Amino acid sequence: MAIVQPKSIKYRILATHIVMCLFLLAVLFPLYMVVMISFREGNFATNVSDSFYDLFLPRMDSLTLDHWKLALGMSYVDEAGVEHLPPFPVLKWLWNSIIISFFTSAFIVLLSTTSAYAFARLNFKGKNALLNCMLIFQMFPSVLALVAIYALFDNIGEYIPFIGLDTRAGLILSYMGGIALHIWTIKGYFETIDASLEEAAAIDGATPWQAFRLVLLPLSVPILAVVFILAFIGTITEVPVASILLNDVDNYTLAVGSQQYLASQNKLWGDFAAAAVMSGLPITVVFMLAQRWLVGGLTAGGVKG
Amino acid sequence: MDSFAFEKRGKTSGGGAPGLMILKGLLSAIVLLFGVFMISSMFTHGQYAFAILFTIVIAGGLLVTWMKGMYPHRYIFPSIAGMVVFIIFPLVYTVYIAFTNYSAKNLFTLERAENYFLSQTYRIEGGDYQFKLYAKEGNKYVIVLNNQPTMLADGNPSEVRTYASPETVFFDKDQMEKPSNKTTASKTVIHVTKVDNSYTQDMEDCGIKCKAAFRDYLKSIKIKIDAQELTYTGLNTFSAVKNRFVRQDQVVLGNQETLQNSHMLKDVSDDSLIIPDMNDGYYKTIDTQTGEPVGERMAPGFRVYIGFEHFKRIFNDPSISTPFVKIFIWTVCFAALTVFITLAIGMVLACLVQWEFLKGRGIYRLILILPYAVPSFISILVFKGLFNENFGEINRILDFFLGWRPEWYNEAGYARAMILLVNAWLGYPYMMILCMGLLKSIPDDLYEASAMDGSGPVQNFMNITLPLLMKPLTPLLIASFAFNFNNFVLIMLLTNGGPDFLPEDGVVTTAGSTDLLVSYTYRLAFEGGAGGNDYGLASAIATTIFILVGALSIVNLKISKMGAKD
Repeated sequence: MAIVQPKSIKYRILATHIVMCLFLLAVLFPLYMVVMISFREGNFATNVSDSFYDLFLPRMDSLTLDHWKLALGMSYVDEAGVEHLPPFPVLKWLWNSIIISFFTSAFIVLLSTTSAYAFARLNFKGKNALLNCMLIFQMFPSVLALVAIYALFDNIGEYIPFIGLDTRAGLILSYMGGIALHIWTIKGYFETIDASLEEAAAIDGATPWQAFRLVLLPLSVPILAVVFILAFIGTITEVPVASILLNDVDNYTLAVGSQQYLASQNKLWGDFAAAAVMSGLPITVVFMLAQRWLVGGLTAGGVKG
Repeated sequence: MDSFAFEKRGKTSGGGAPGLMILKGLLSAIVLLFGVFMISSMFTHGQYAFAILFTIVIAGGLLVTWMKGMYPHRYIFPSIAGMVVFIIFPLVYTVYIAFTNYSAKNLFTLERAENYFLSQTYRIEGGDYQFKLYAKEGNKYVIVLNNQPTMLADGNPSEVRTYASPETVFFDKDQMEKPSNKTTASKTVIHVTKVDNSYTQDMEDCGIKCKAAFRDYLKSIKIKIDAQELTYTGLNTFSAVKNRFVRQDQVVLGNQETLQNSHMLKDVSDDSLIIPDMNDGYYKTIDTQTGEPVGERMAPGFRVYIGFEHFKRIFNDPSISTPFVKIFIWTVCFAALTVFITLAIGMVLACLVQWEFLKGRGIYRLILILPYAVPSFISILVFKGLFNENFGEINRILDFFLGWRPEWYNEAGYARAMILLVNAWLGYPYMMILCMGLLKSIPDDLYEASAMDGSGPVQNFMNITLPLLMKPLTPLLIASFAFNFNNFVLIMLLTNGGPDFLPEDGVVTTAGSTDLLVSYTYRLAFEGGAGGNDYGLASAIATTIFILVGALSIVNLKISKMGAKD
């Protein structure tokens, strides 16, 4: 505890509060805008209001749920009697994203846990070299190898069609390469658990697999949850590989599809806003609820790496 | 971690329940059989790289399953295999492509290009027939052909002959969508017989409607008149065609030497010979004296090894090196500036929210992390809309207060400023989180001592906090630099590299002033247009980035190891 307190501290606190509030305004500005735009009439070109203040607080008569109807897959009829159909299958994209991310994270947890166990508890040749190798290769972004990844799945698809191009299974499979960081995170956690428990189990005649499954795993549920959520968020926001492997609009993930709203010929600003809030909010809420644990997992893996 | 009591037993525990063993054996056999089939098929198709990859993976899998000494490797095999297949192999394959001329123009293997030429046909003179379709009962149709009369030497037109088919069922457009019908149609040969010229008198011509409806079907069938085979060559015509190229393995040249080339083809229409030029990947006609390929390039090209050609172009050819150097400089500046800005903001904020006299810092902290919690593809797209030049909210605010409407997407300077601004918003929370964790490890008595000496908060920050944080932060900053060096999603979603360089700057490829090296390679590979779809060049640039990233990560590993030892 600091013993010495200068008299100017009140002013410093006040100044800090002011600076913080201004900064928070800048941080919250885009988020506030997008929520508001999703409830405001019209898309880009069709809504140029003269009043500046309408930008921040829309008039009551310009509030509408039209964009939200489209985002939820419903159509609406405007004043002129024209029916507007949803421009894109957003709910389908969201569903694709959730399915792909769920299975990807489940497999990632499965693979990285067993690997982390071997790296933390078993002895074999070249263990450290392998660990370092994995970390180095993880640094190479897959964007640079997209041509090769496309060729790879084109080829696999000729023999095993259900994991070829334009399939969910293929995309999930392609994400199985990027698990080195997760292995490091889980390994770090395993090393904080006292090995004497497993040794006791071994003395009682447990095989390494039994010691892993019945002793170590139940103790590691928190870190597995953290890795699952991190992998889930990482997958749901992945763009380059998904955009190359998926061709059909109905197969797109949200991250690939949502660009379509603001592509040069489409300026569906309001429709985008509703779709963005609808799909972004759940992820944001999950992250904020779990952030206490996620932050720990993030920095633990990073600092040790 | 030290070895375990059960470690030794683990090595011998290859066995298990007999039922499990049978299952294991059965699964291994299936994998082995399928693997052998797949790998041998890949070999015969000339896909050597893929064949080797799957040999390694399948052999590794079986080895790990059955070798007793490799028990620990069973745990790591799936993740190592995933890494090998989806990270290391694409890396190696990309480097390999960098040394070939693989592009939209040189897409095929030599074998496929050769087969393409062998499937080419040309129309035999006087072999054209006009055709008409006549509807019959039971959804059947008759096709009737007339030869094209030619002028004979005596000034009279030649005789008109008419041929008719038996009543046949045709497939319309929808039916042709079915693959099974497609194959049937492609194997169909309709034999027509000579009939009287008045054959069609009482029949009703079904006209252009039918011809359009059955176009896909007519395109795939063949019609036989005596020995002549006809194929569809236009909306009204079937023609006798002949293969334009035939194989010819050797030829005696003008200089009496014999040229042997198993890929040599003879053009039947003009008796010239063509061979593949392995230097640039095109078939060309040969010089009959020397046997050298000297003619014009004949599309489609095929893939050949071209050595360091792409790398030379990156550094010597001004049309590539000009944008490359510009983009490289911007990429380094972007990554360095981003690290600096996010670190500065993040560190100051971390110090502020940890300051014990500040009330409500829990709430501040929570809101400050918010940009990190929103999925980045959404927040980037939100910024894309907000920065819209004409209708975007940001320009309307700037216009209201300052009468200023910057062209965020059309002027290089503004576009770059926007990119840095958006990335600062996206990236500071990560730095803040890191700093908050590290700040806890700085002992309080350091600050107490400095307070005794009468130093203020700024001095404290500069003399204690900053130096103590920098050391553990360095490897993380390098990692952040490497990440932003390759921050593809930001560029792709926000500007897609634009505003593009103008053609008069000597740039032939698509490249823009906000392109990073990664987005540049992506556009080279996957965007069409002049210089587009050049996979070889894109891979060469990717390879240079690999070297840079590899060097960075090795440096990083060294630094973090040094940190760990201290």
